[in-house]
Amino acid sequence: MMAKSNGKKLLEVSGLTMDFGGLRAVDSVGLDIFEGEIVALIGPNGAGKTTFFNCVTGIYEPTAGEVLIHPPGGTSKRINGMKPNSITTLGMARTFQNIRLFPAMTVLENVMIGRHCRTSTTILDAILSSRKAAREEKETIDKSYRLLEKVGLANEADEFSRNLSYGAQRRLEIARAMATDPFLLLLDEPAAGMNPQETHDLDELIVRIRKEDKLAILLIEHDMKLVMSISDRIYVMEYGKEIAQGTPREIKENPRVIEAYLGEEAHA
Amino acid sequence: MDFEYLFELLCGGVVKGSIYALIALGYTMVYGIIQLINFAHGEVYMIGAFVAFIVAGILTLTGYSGLTVLVLAAVVAVIYAAAYGYTLEKIAYRPLRNAPRLSPLISAIGASIFLMNYVQLAQTPDFLPFPELVSDFDFMEPISRYLSSVDLVILIVTTVTMIALTVLIKYTKIGKAMRATQQDQVMARLVGINVDRVISATFIIGSVLAAIAGVLIASRTGQINSAIGFMAGLKAFTAAVLGGIGNIPGAVLGGLVLGIAETLGAGYISSAYEDVFAFGLLVLILILRPAGLLGKAVKQKV
Repeated sequence: MMAKSNGKKLLEVSGLTMDFGGLRAVDSVGLDIFEGEIVALIGPNGAGKTTFFNCVTGIYEPTAGEVLIHPPGGTSKRINGMKPNSITTLGMARTFQNIRLFPAMTVLENVMIGRHCRTSTTILDAILSSRKAAREEKETIDKSYRLLEKVGLANEADEFSRNLSYGAQRRLEIARAMATDPFLLLLDEPAAGMNPQETHDLDELIVRIRKEDKLAILLIEHDMKLVMSISDRIYVMEYGKEIAQGTPREIKENPRVIEAYLGEEAHA
Repeated sequence: MDFEYLFELLCGGVVKGSIYALIALGYTMVYGIIQLINFAHGEVYMIGAFVAFIVAGILTLTGYSGLTVLVLAAVVAVIYAAAYGYTLEKIAYRPLRNAPRLSPLISAIGASIFLMNYVQLAQTPDFLPFPELVSDFDFMEPISRYLSSVDLVILIVTTVTMIALTVLIKYTKIGKAMRATQQDQVMARLVGINVDRVISATFIIGSVLAAIAGVLIASRTGQINSAIGFMAGLKAFTAAVLGGIGNIPGAVLGGLVLGIAETLGAGYISSAYEDVFAFGLLVLILILRPAGLLGKAVKQKV
C-alpha cells in the first residue's frame, strides 16, 4: 500500500459498465492505479477482465462510467469513447491475451511501428528524404534496438515475427507496447501458455520495466504465483462485478475470493 | 514461327501491362487496407488524363518543349487526382466504414457513375485529341523497331514509379503504418497509428499512380474522353484479381500478364477480340486459382 499513499494517481476508473445486448459483462467496476504500482486484475474465466481492458483502451465504448487518466506532467482527461490510437498517444499501451503481432513484419519493424505516434515525419518528408526524416528514422531504430535488448530479442531483430517462439512473441509484444512511451502498461495474461522458466523470466522483466522505465503496470493474470509475487495491489472480479481489492496478503485471506476460486474449481 | 513478330507483340504487351499494373496497384492497395473494391478508381485515372489534357493544351501555347509540358501536365494531374481520391474516400466511403460490406461497394459504383457524368457535362462527351508531347528521339537502332519513344517513356516512368512505391512501403514510416493497418487494423490503432490518416494516404497514393497512368495512356493513344475510365478501371481491376487482390507484387504481375495476353491474342487471332482475351483469362484464373497468381487463401480469424 506504500505506493498508494505516496504516488500520484494515473488511472481512475469509476462505475465502469459494459452491456452487450442484455448481457452485463462489466458491472460498475472501479479501479485506481498510482505511480510506480503493479496492479493485478484477477478473477475466474468470463469475469469480464478483458472486457474491462477493452473499455479502458478504447476498443469498446463503455455503456456507463468514467475513465480518467492523469498523465504525469500532463492534464487529466476523460477518455471513454476516445479512439484507441488517441488513448495510446496519451500514454497507455497494452498487449493481448492472444498474441497480436504484425506477423509479416520483422521483429524490429514491429517495435518501430510502436514509435509511429511519437515521431512527426510526414509523407512529404519521406518523399523529399529530408534530414529530419533521416534523423528520426535513426532515433527510432536506436530506441527499438534498446527495447529489443531489454526483452532479450536483439539477435532476432531481422526475423519475421511469426517465426519467433511463443514466449519470445509475448516479450516482443511488450517491447512494441513500450515503444509507444507509455506511463501505464496494460498486460492481458502475459504468462498465458508459458512454461515455468519463461514465466519466471517474465516476472523479472515486469519488475525490471517498472524499476528502469518508471512505468505503472496493470495486468490480468491467472498464474497466482506470478500475481502474488509481483503485485502491489490486486482487484478481483467475478461475473462482471468487483468482489474484492487489497494487498496480495489481504486477497489470499479474503473469504469471498476463496469462494469464487473454489467455486470455479468445482465447475472445472 | 516469326520470332520478330512475337517479340514485337511481347514488347507492346509489356508496355500496356505496365500501365494496367499502375492502375491495378491503386485497387489492390485500397482493397488490402479496407477490403473495398474502389470502382471509382478508373474515374480518377480518367480525371488525371483530362487535367493533363487541359494543362498541356495551355502550356503548348507557351512554346515549352514537349517533354517539359508532359512533366508539368503530369504534376498538375497528379495533384488534382490526389485531391479527388482523398475527397472520394471522405465523402463516399468513410461514412460507410462500419456499414455492411455491400453498402460501400454500391457507393463506389455510384461515385464512378457520378464522376463520369460530371466530366461529361463539364467538358464534353466527345473524344478529344491528346497532344503529341513525346517527339521521337534517336535511340539505339534495334530497340526502335519494337518500341516507340512514347513506349520507352512509359516503361521508364512505370518502372521508376513502382520502385518508388516499393521503397515507400518497405522503408518509410507511412509504409510501415500501411502494412500494419493491413495486417491488423485494431492492433494498428492500439500501437498509436491514426488509421483514418493511413486510409486517406492510401487513397492519395493510389490516385497518384492512376493519374500517372492516365497521362501515359493518353499520350500513347492520342485521344481521351470521359468514358475511358470505365474500361481501364475494369481491366486494371482484372489485373489486380489476376495477381491476387490485396497483393502488391501481384498487381504488377497481373497487369503484365494481362497486357501480354491481350496483345498476343490480338496479334495472333484478332484484335476485335482483345477484351475477350483479357476477361477470358480472368475466368480461367478464377476457376484454376481463385486467390489469384500470388494471392493466398484467406484464413478467417475468429
